[in-house]
Amino acid sequence: MADKVKKSTNNTPPTPASHLETYEEVQKLHPLYFNIVKKRYWWFAISLLVIIPGLISLFVQGLNLGIDFTGGTMLDIPFNNAVTQTAIKDTMKSVGLEGSVQLSTNNTQALIRTTALDEDQRTKLLDTLQKNVGDYNKANLKEDKVGPAIGQELTKNAILSLIIAMGLMIVYITIRFQFAYAISGILALIHDVLVTVGLFSLFRWQIDSSFVAAVLTIFGYSINDTVVIFDRIRENESRIKKSQTYEDMVDKSIWQTMRRSINTVVTVLIALFSIFIFGGESTRVFSLAMLIGVFSGAYSSIFNASQILVEIKNRLGLTRGRKRARAKS
Amino acid sequence: MKRGNILKLTVVVLLVAIVATLSVKPLTDSQKGIPLGLDLRGGVHLVLQAQPGKDGSPVTKDDMDNAKTIISKRVDEMGLSEPIVQEDVPNKRIIVDLAGVQDPDKAVNVLKTTAQLTFRDPQGNVVLQGSDLKDARAANGSQNQGFVVNLTFSGDGVKKFADATTKLVGQNLGIYLDDKLLQNPRVEVPIVNGQAEITNYSSLQEAADYAVLFRSGSLPVSMTIAEKRQVGASLGADSLAKSMQAALYALIFIFLFMLAFYHLPGMVADFSLIVYALIVLWVLYLMRAVLTLQGIAGLILTVGMAVDFNIIIYERVKEEIREGKSLRAAVESGFSRAFITVIDAHVTTLIAALTLYFLGTSTIRGFAITLAVGIIASLFTAITFTRMILRWVVGVNPKMNTSWFGVRRKQNG
Repeated sequence: MADKVKKSTNNTPPTPASHLETYEEVQKLHPLYFNIVKKRYWWFAISLLVIIPGLISLFVQGLNLGIDFTGGTMLDIPFNNAVTQTAIKDTMKSVGLEGSVQLSTNNTQALIRTTALDEDQRTKLLDTLQKNVGDYNKANLKEDKVGPAIGQELTKNAILSLIIAMGLMIVYITIRFQFAYAISGILALIHDVLVTVGLFSLFRWQIDSSFVAAVLTIFGYSINDTVVIFDRIRENESRIKKSQTYEDMVDKSIWQTMRRSINTVVTVLIALFSIFIFGGESTRVFSLAMLIGVFSGAYSSIFNASQILVEIKNRLGLTRGRKRARAKS
Repeated sequence: MKRGNILKLTVVVLLVAIVATLSVKPLTDSQKGIPLGLDLRGGVHLVLQAQPGKDGSPVTKDDMDNAKTIISKRVDEMGLSEPIVQEDVPNKRIIVDLAGVQDPDKAVNVLKTTAQLTFRDPQGNVVLQGSDLKDARAANGSQNQGFVVNLTFSGDGVKKFADATTKLVGQNLGIYLDDKLLQNPRVEVPIVNGQAEITNYSSLQEAADYAVLFRSGSLPVSMTIAEKRQVGASLGADSLAKSMQAALYALIFIFLFMLAFYHLPGMVADFSLIVYALIVLWVLYLMRAVLTLQGIAGLILTVGMAVDFNIIIYERVKEEIREGKSLRAAVESGFSRAFITVIDAHVTTLIAALTLYFLGTSTIRGFAITLAVGIIASLFTAITFTRMILRWVVGVNPKMNTSWFGVRRKQNG
């Protein structure tokens, strides 16, 4: 950091204009400025307001697991004409099957969920449906069958990969940053995952294997904007001014990086909204989970991560004595 | 200097435009282009689980290898462009991906007949195993025979078949797949040379279908379908069209966003994005990595992430300009400062992608691959290309108005 300051004085003529941005200047630069560190308990409260109901829901009703996890057969049948739920259910019953039926697209598209069918059962069901309910377009048929063993495996692997990825990231962040930073960053990460998983549980949105991919990507990505801010705090920490408290320094850092934090997320959100709106049914679970996760990631980076850092440093007295003394004065 | 830079920039822009135009055909070629997954062009994905023998005998590695060879043989008969047959020995599974298969139901039927082929006498005693059969071929029969399948027996099989046919003249010799009777031909004469003929098929196609079952019907273990994902062909095409549309809108809006916020550097970012897209697509092409629906979602996501680097750098540059640095110094220190930040941010996402790849199912793998390729390509593009272009742009006129960089410098005005 010292190196950088030296470089800037070397490279540019010593005009009064060449100086590091002061806290006041940063505040003036942002028309919407408010002290984002001082109000931290409010931000924490907002996070908890979302996370706690999600957690309760998670414990009470769990996640709405799709056949990828539970095993089963899912048939998405595009009938040529409108059909009724009773007709399909009766047909299923006639071949000895139970399950749920969901109609869409003017009652022509039927989504059937039932236990894992073997080939004979499945052919029998499709044939009987064609006979009793109506013709369907074979070229548009979608079918997923997941055996119970495969489903259990996916669940196991999903949990395993979350743990492994979390472990690796904790190691990486701890190596790259001080331990206090790492803890704050990881808490923010967990925040994002809990928000996403919690909301999915709360609203009973059904999840498939792509949800696992989304959660892990959120895990990897949401540290992104946190790192951007931490990087700045690390830089500012080394040249903290006499008159400045640690909190103000963090507040300044957050505002200095505010545009970056927002814009980096905006482009990713643009990408995700495009997938969500135009990408079709198959990627909707994925894009919805990612949207929530990335949005939550932006929030936790700006409103939680650095504030947790301030808390940890304050509580544990990790702000070096020199600075603490100043902070008190 | 200034002229030189303008010239260099023009050349690069033209070059990228030419490469982009020339890339369209090879990349999207339906045969040799980037292979599309079955969710984008229809097809079926099967996970076949080997079952331990009825007497509880375990499935060996040899069994699995043989099973894979036989299934590959059946798959090859289908004449698909890039079918995948993989072996998962620890879990005793064979994974089959048949993208672009015209009639998935029929394909599953051929593959699912994973049972053991046996020849049995009318009392149900097994007289020959499928492994005794060397070959089975469809042919035009002689007069009044219709179409035929010629069977050739191997080694022990010749003798066993000779014994059986001698004993069973005038009776039927059933050909079974597991316990299912496939064919029940009558033995007309004893056959001692190991060359038999089953006659009276109604079409050559029917004879050929049976021939396939005969010659590859002898799986060493019986198998069940543990997982099946089937997508109709036009549904696949529909998904492809939709995800292309999503990609297009994502690109357009990100382009506009970057232009609106970052002006001149925004244009550089947009241009780099095109280069980035070319790199990613060519890497996928060369890797022969199958592009799935989730994979495209991953790609679109990385487009959003790829501009990240630009944003982080440009905001840094803006700041350095505000601090009073010259444009050139601001760009240089902006790059070097932002670089560390970006590395940190991307490594963690890369960790997630790699974990997904090693633990995920095949659908998730498609996503993990594009995500990983995307991240590495975006870093590469930013470090090499974006930096170079931005230097040249600044070099055109180092004293250019900083409002082109989205900064109004009061001191200048």
